[in-house]
Amino acid sequence: MAAPIGNVVIPGDSFSLMQLKTPDEHKKILLGPGLKEEDTEIKVLRPGILRYRKPGVYWVDCHHKRYVPSKGDSVVGIVNQKVGDMFRVDIGSSEQASLSYLSFEGATKRNRPDVKVGDIVYAKLLVANKDMEPEIVCIDSYGRSSGMGVVRNGGFLFHTSLNLARKLLNPQCVLLKSLGNRFQFEISVGVNGRVWVKAGNDIQTIALVNTVIASEFKDNDQIKEMCKRISKAVSRMEVD
Amino acid sequence: MASFTVVKKEDLDAELEKGPKCVLRGQTSDLGCLTRQDGSVSLSQGDTTSIAVVYGPAEVRINKEKIDRATVEVIYRPKIGLPRPNHRKQERIMRNTLEAAIAANLHPRSSISVVIQETEDLGSNLSCSINSACLALLDAAVSMNFMVASVTVAIKENSDMILDPTKRDETEAKSVLTYVFDSVNYQILTIVSCGKFSRSEHKKGLTLAREAAKSVFQFYRESMSKKLLMSE
Repeated sequence: MAAPIGNVVIPGDSFSLMQLKTPDEHKKILLGPGLKEEDTEIKVLRPGILRYRKPGVYWVDCHHKRYVPSKGDSVVGIVNQKVGDMFRVDIGSSEQASLSYLSFEGATKRNRPDVKVGDIVYAKLLVANKDMEPEIVCIDSYGRSSGMGVVRNGGFLFHTSLNLARKLLNPQCVLLKSLGNRFQFEISVGVNGRVWVKAGNDIQTIALVNTVIASEFKDNDQIKEMCKRISKAVSRMEVD
Repeated sequence: MASFTVVKKEDLDAELEKGPKCVLRGQTSDLGCLTRQDGSVSLSQGDTTSIAVVYGPAEVRINKEKIDRATVEVIYRPKIGLPRPNHRKQERIMRNTLEAAIAANLHPRSSISVVIQETEDLGSNLSCSINSACLALLDAAVSMNFMVASVTVAIKENSDMILDPTKRDETEAKSVLTYVFDSVNYQILTIVSCGKFSRSEHKKGLTLAREAAKSVFQFYRESMSKKLLMSE
């Protein structure tokens, strides 16, 4: 019996290593989130759908609302506290992340970045380890901001499930493209389920937020249809 | 439009005369019934219902922090009034059971808290609470080594067994046993007993409960499949 790829698995399910390997295709397999190797068995830890990607990556795709940091993730956080030369940033994980004031573009000891408590930052996780405090930075390895940093000038921040955030970032998802055809807006999506949106006016911003939230369980065709309806409704409201 | 059904006393007695009930009462679940929590479920087993929510892995209070594993907290809220010592005992039982199931070593220095709100207690309340807690943990996708399922058995004076007893069955029975099983080998995790029973009665109850627990696990799988395939 082959491993149940594409099917629902729940904690306690297990299958043997042999079930995962297809004989000649590859030798190594990589286990992603939700799976654990125990002796010769692969155990499922989380309920979700078993996925597979070539050459040998297996993981469980589950529905999350709580973020668990992992290295390299782009997140949206809220600055909560200023401690010495560090900021404490709430990224929705079990511990607040630390952000050094030197990890902004062009920041030096003399030229401090303008960050205040309550600001929203778009950052990348530099350190993410279950035993350590997560650390985020607003620069890439070349010292450039590449889109990261403090998010300013109004807008609206809301929380979604992690699946929806990943869905928005998926290049195959048409939501942001079809919204972009109809509205002018800025959006930053963190894989920690926080999304910041800013459009031309408040009506548009509210409409965008509701569209994003409503798109969680919709497929691409339904999303296109919804965007059409929303843009009509918004233009009618703006006339009034 | 409301409708009333008249139940005659003779019919009711005839229903009770049918002998011991060896099936679980119908189960229904509503996963993700609340939106702000990480995981939530409203579970009903027959007429007994409870709501369970899960937060976690979340921030932990310093005095409860464990350096190598997550702290599991269980809070039980009764339908009326404040929690009392018997509820504290129930919390302790549930916490010990869930600690075994949750893979706590994956999230050190964090807390996984489960809050259970009793909404209707019409028999087998502890079972319903444990099962709802397990479903809420599944809804929150907390890492678990296995799932847990709980089944209550009441033993009557004439040593008849009633599976998943109602409140009335519980008060009339000479003893009430609650079993909790794991989902891998269907081994016992917890037994909560009340009243007098013989060894053979316990054995019989255990076999009965174990069979019933398998259907609870099947129910978990169906509930999760329904939820997960919705977002496909």
